[in-house]
Amino acid sequence: MTRSFTWAVTVEDALAAIGSGARPVAGGTDLVVGARQGKASLPEAIVAVDRIASLGGIVEVDGGLHLGTLATHEEIVANEVIRERFSALADASAIVGSHATRAHGTIGGNVMNASPAMDAGGPLLCFDASATLRSEAGERTVPLGELWTGPGSTTADPHELLVGIEVPAPKMMTGSAYVRLEYRRQMEIAIVGATAVVTLDAGSVTHARVAITALAPTIRRIPEAEAALAGSDGGDEAIATAARAAGTGSSPITDVRGSAGYRTAMAEVIARRAIVAALARARGEQVSIPASAATRGATA
Amino acid sequence: MNVPATLNVNGTPYSVELDPHMSLLDAVRTVVGLTGSKEGCDDSECGACMMLLDGKPVNSCSYLALQADERDVTTVEGLADGDELVPLQRAFLEQGGVQCGFCTPGMLISATALLRANPDPSDDDVRIALSGNLCRCTGYDGIVRAVRGVAASGTDV
Repeated sequence: MTRSFTWAVTVEDALAAIGSGARPVAGGTDLVVGARQGKASLPEAIVAVDRIASLGGIVEVDGGLHLGTLATHEEIVANEVIRERFSALADASAIVGSHATRAHGTIGGNVMNASPAMDAGGPLLCFDASATLRSEAGERTVPLGELWTGPGSTTADPHELLVGIEVPAPKMMTGSAYVRLEYRRQMEIAIVGATAVVTLDAGSVTHARVAITALAPTIRRIPEAEAALAGSDGGDEAIATAARAAGTGSSPITDVRGSAGYRTAMAEVIARRAIVAALARARGEQVSIPASAATRGATA
Repeated sequence: MNVPATLNVNGTPYSVELDPHMSLLDAVRTVVGLTGSKEGCDDSECGACMMLLDGKPVNSCSYLALQADERDVTTVEGLADGDELVPLQRAFLEQGGVQCGFCTPGMLISATALLRANPDPSDDDVRIALSGNLCRCTGYDGIVRAVRGVAASGTDV
């Protein structure tokens, strides 16, 4: 194939190009860096999708959210609805890369890059979000829990383009938080991350989601942690049990950023911080965004 | 096959033909010929290559040049007015924010983006915003003083 580059103006343009073998690029913050690091060489045929106006935007839909695939992390963290009601997602987008990454990096590219360390993945998973994938053959919706299959791999067909992410409305009295362990304050990749989403009703936890990041081949929920919280009073014992479950539910790798043993030990600490922050927000207490900074130095 | 495009760099349009894999940094340095922006890590870690794209900071080493077609690119050469340095550049010199100078073009761009978004940053705001720009000489204190000094002076950046 001859090396080529086109700029799609409409979704149809993009789908036609992708259908004939081109790969999409939006912010390029993962694609180009991945090529530099030797993960995969740059595609021979590239179609830029970042000028397709209909793929942008963040819209509140029946109390939930439609995130256009081109919504940037900068737009997400500035969005008042997300900060108030989907705080964990704002926590995550606030700490992705640096201000340069957040200005250009899109939520769609982030999700389809399928990194087990992506900050925004845990929050989207815990909010029960789904991905809308479109190809020239049609459109389908895939829950994020069924999209990621391993580091860098998804169930999407190469001819499909992620066009948007749908997030259902959370219940009243829901609080959420994403916390990561980091060594550097920008351009960092999670050493360990955890997300918690909890709903309170009359002092009891009626709904709980807990997910771990950079601790398994994909971002994944920890049902044992959720079960420890759901039905509890959200007190110290339930929090401790849930946090321990996040540790035992981890199967991390050892790499330059941390050993498997260190990551597993830190999983419990970081999960505890995320759960405590989510419960505080559900009670209406202020935990500033990003929660990673707000909870740094919190006792384990 | 090279693809024709127009790069608007510091207000001047350049008609160029670029390989689809060429980075914006390479295009600006080797095709346009402006070498102020530096290649440090070539991996989005160090920020030495930072430019403004339609006013937003971008790590140009990791951005495909053709994506910048018809967009406004600002490099460090676009900050000064001829030989007249802008206040942020003068503050870097006065406060010891420059030693070897390799990180300086990206630092200046990153600090410009910060001050346009947040005209009154705290020390911590400056340190966080510039954490994507590595400096191995100054220890950062002079840079932070320079950025905060410009903010305190109320000068437009």
